[in-house]
Amino acid sequence: MSDLLDLLESPDEQDLRSGVRDMLAAECPWQTVLSFVSEGAEAYDAKLWRTVATGMGLAGLLVPESQGGAGAQWRAAAIVVEELGRAVAPVPFVSSAVVATTALGSSDEPSLLGRLASGELTAALAVPYGLWSAPTLLSVVDGAVTGTVRGVADALGAGLLLVPADDGLYAVDGAAVRRTRVLSLDETRPLADLEFRAAPARLVGSLSAVPCALRAAATMTAAEQIGLASWCLDETVGYLKERYQFGRPVGSFQALKHRLADLWVELTQARAVVAYAAADLAAGAADGRVAASLAKIVGSEVAVRAAEECVQMHGGIGFTWEHPAHLYLKRAKATAVAYGSPDRHRARLATLVDLPLEES
Amino acid sequence: MAEPITEADLRERISAFLADHDPAGDRLAFLRARFDAGLAWVHFPVGLGGLAAGRALQPVADDAFAAAGAPDNRPSRIGIGLGMAAPTILVHGTDAQRTRFLRPLWTGEEVWCQLFSEPGAGSDLAGLATRARRDGDGWLLDGQKVWTSMAHVARWAILLARTDPDVPKHAGLTFFVLDMTAPGVEVRPLRQLTGEAEFNEVYLTGVRVPDEHRLGDVGAGWKVAQTTLMNERVSIGGGALPREGGMIGVLARAWREQPAVRTPGMHDTVMRLWVRAEAARLTGLRVRQQLAAGAPGPDGSAVKLSFATLNQQISAAELDLRGDEGLRRDSWAMSRPDDVDFTGRDTGYRYLRAKGNSIEGGTSEVLRNIIAERVLGLPAEPRVDTRVAWKDLPR
Ligand SMILES: Cc1cc2nc3c(=O)[nH]c(=O)nc-3n(C[C@H](O)[C@H](O)[C@H](O)COP(=O)(O)OP(=O)(O)OC[C@H]3O[C@@H](n4cnc5c(N)ncnc54)[C@H](O)[C@@H]3O)c2cc1C
Repeated sequence: MSDLLDLLESPDEQDLRSGVRDMLAAECPWQTVLSFVSEGAEAYDAKLWRTVATGMGLAGLLVPESQGGAGAQWRAAAIVVEELGRAVAPVPFVSSAVVATTALGSSDEPSLLGRLASGELTAALAVPYGLWSAPTLLSVVDGAVTGTVRGVADALGAGLLLVPADDGLYAVDGAAVRRTRVLSLDETRPLADLEFRAAPARLVGSLSAVPCALRAAATMTAAEQIGLASWCLDETVGYLKERYQFGRPVGSFQALKHRLADLWVELTQARAVVAYAAADLAAGAADGRVAASLAKIVGSEVAVRAAEECVQMHGGIGFTWEHPAHLYLKRAKATAVAYGSPDRHRARLATLVDLPLEES
Repeated sequence: MAEPITEADLRERISAFLADHDPAGDRLAFLRARFDAGLAWVHFPVGLGGLAAGRALQPVADDAFAAAGAPDNRPSRIGIGLGMAAPTILVHGTDAQRTRFLRPLWTGEEVWCQLFSEPGAGSDLAGLATRARRDGDGWLLDGQKVWTSMAHVARWAILLARTDPDVPKHAGLTFFVLDMTAPGVEVRPLRQLTGEAEFNEVYLTGVRVPDEHRLGDVGAGWKVAQTTLMNERVSIGGGALPREGGMIGVLARAWREQPAVRTPGMHDTVMRLWVRAEAARLTGLRVRQQLAAGAPGPDGSAVKLSFATLNQQISAAELDLRGDEGLRRDSWAMSRPDDVDFTGRDTGYRYLRAKGNSIEGGTSEVLRNIIAERVLGLPAEPRVDTRVAWKDLPR
């Protein structure tokens, strides 16, 4: 049945893509991201987030209409995330509008979703960025949570932390938690270590929402990776057309052309896989787990390869801080680790598709 | 304009057809009727085997007929007829040519081969030397073609020949349909590294071709050939397969059946290949959806390139996995198959045959050039051959 999923973009989806892309071209050129990183003070780019969240109304993309959101499909979210990835935008869209929102999806507290949808509040799921399966559990005693969680993405600026603890998902006010900024590989998406010391916590949902959120996280991260890989490819192609050495554009040398052709093939395939995974999440299809792992594997691989090739083929300039290639390299490698590295997803996939290592 | 055919319409037509035609009856009669009902290539025009439907509906038709136990159109499934000759004739042929050739091509009554490559012209196909000279109301052909798959079973060939040596190479070519039974056509088997002879050498000595069998204008052969080559790339490796269809299914089964040979390293290899194969399969699916939506993207070249690479890596891994057992061959006998069997026979055969996948239908290197220049828009290599008359080029 899965083969009948439509992998092409509808006209509405194309409009969404160009709307987000145009906005980012205007509001988030790479120079903006570079100064954000260089200054290193903010949790995220607040001005840009307002435009994304409120101006374009994207914070509530996945929130049901009844709760003030747009009630959109995963496919739409994948498009937005891809464009944000293309711009290495320093905003907590994936963490808040996708992962935390999904984790809250089954919650009894619609008011929280409404606040997330408005963009006034951002939330983060309090799990390590690299987590891919069962969460580390904290404990709750007398309505207060205690323990530490290391390396949580976008938690620094989050007004709300969603904490998987003991028997459920708890909401904790961000201000009630000791948050320490981590000097992380990818400063466009800061990480924080969280220390909960009897922080007041309210039960808002069940733990079963967490694996769903992590699966969505893997798929959407793959969408982000497609975006960043396609920027790297486009940028490199553009540069190689203009850069002359040996009396001709370096892009006319086959040694480079063939590597870029291979990269394009890999990206084309990753695009099909991510389209499949996003459509599959939307359809709630049984193949969703396989699709999410596939997407995370191919997305991670193409993103890292594209970013590494981008640095290499730019030569010396690609190794400088002033050129944006490093922003993409760091984001690529960090997202490859995020929500399960390719190796971990291959291990999961082996079980899902009955290709086990050991005889059971 | 007529309403486009929906999937429901198509299923209804197929049911009605199956009610009237017994799939267990005469094979050829069934296939001809299927063609005449427009249920052969559903995206072809009405009267030429189709219903002018979307390409995406083709699998619906194929699945429904397969499920009913209907005969298929082997051996024309070799692919050259269906995948390359038919679309070229459809686009560049006259009405008479389309009507004459398409039906027996589809039913498999007439098998096609492709007389393009020559000893001196492979990747550089436009450099070919086979001459076609005017001869009254027709043409006389002289030359030698090589690596011609299935020429020994083919009734017709698509052929590219030089009609003007005094102009640059791309401008002097003309495209023909050749009757393989015509006097002066000699087919000799050419043994391959697999042991068998699926391809051939073809000698053309004073072969007469009527002008009605010219496809496209005199001198426009390169343009016509582009249609063939584009379709070749989509058709090689672009078939609709289920998950674990094709070579990866063979490897996955080998893994499941032989727990004793499993190692962690091999597990990693198997999983990596499984993922790549699934990604390639989904890409093929997306390419077909693009075609159906009338927007044939450039992704077809990705499909051919990754098909070749994957088949080679998968078959090599399978040989490693099977170890000693993988070294046993079923036969080294020279045979002349009437079909290409990519996944059949033994492990060694698969390993060896896959080596052809990155050469046939354009080498992987040439495909990468095409992607880099036409898709990515990177500058072409400096060329020395595009302004010089063909006869003055170094050879
Ligand atoms: C199994 C099989 C079936 C075939 N069936 C048919 C058929 O039915 N009909 C038909 O007409 N032909 C057929 N061919 C021929 C096939 O199309 C040619 O072999 C192919 O196009 C390569 O040409 P060549 O062999 O002359 O290699 P060459 O062009 O001589 O190439 C030699 C090497 O140089 C590389 N190379 C060449 N040019 C470039 C370049 N510009 N940049 C980088 N590298 C380059 C090639 O990739 C290759 O590695 C078949 C081949 C095989 C293996």
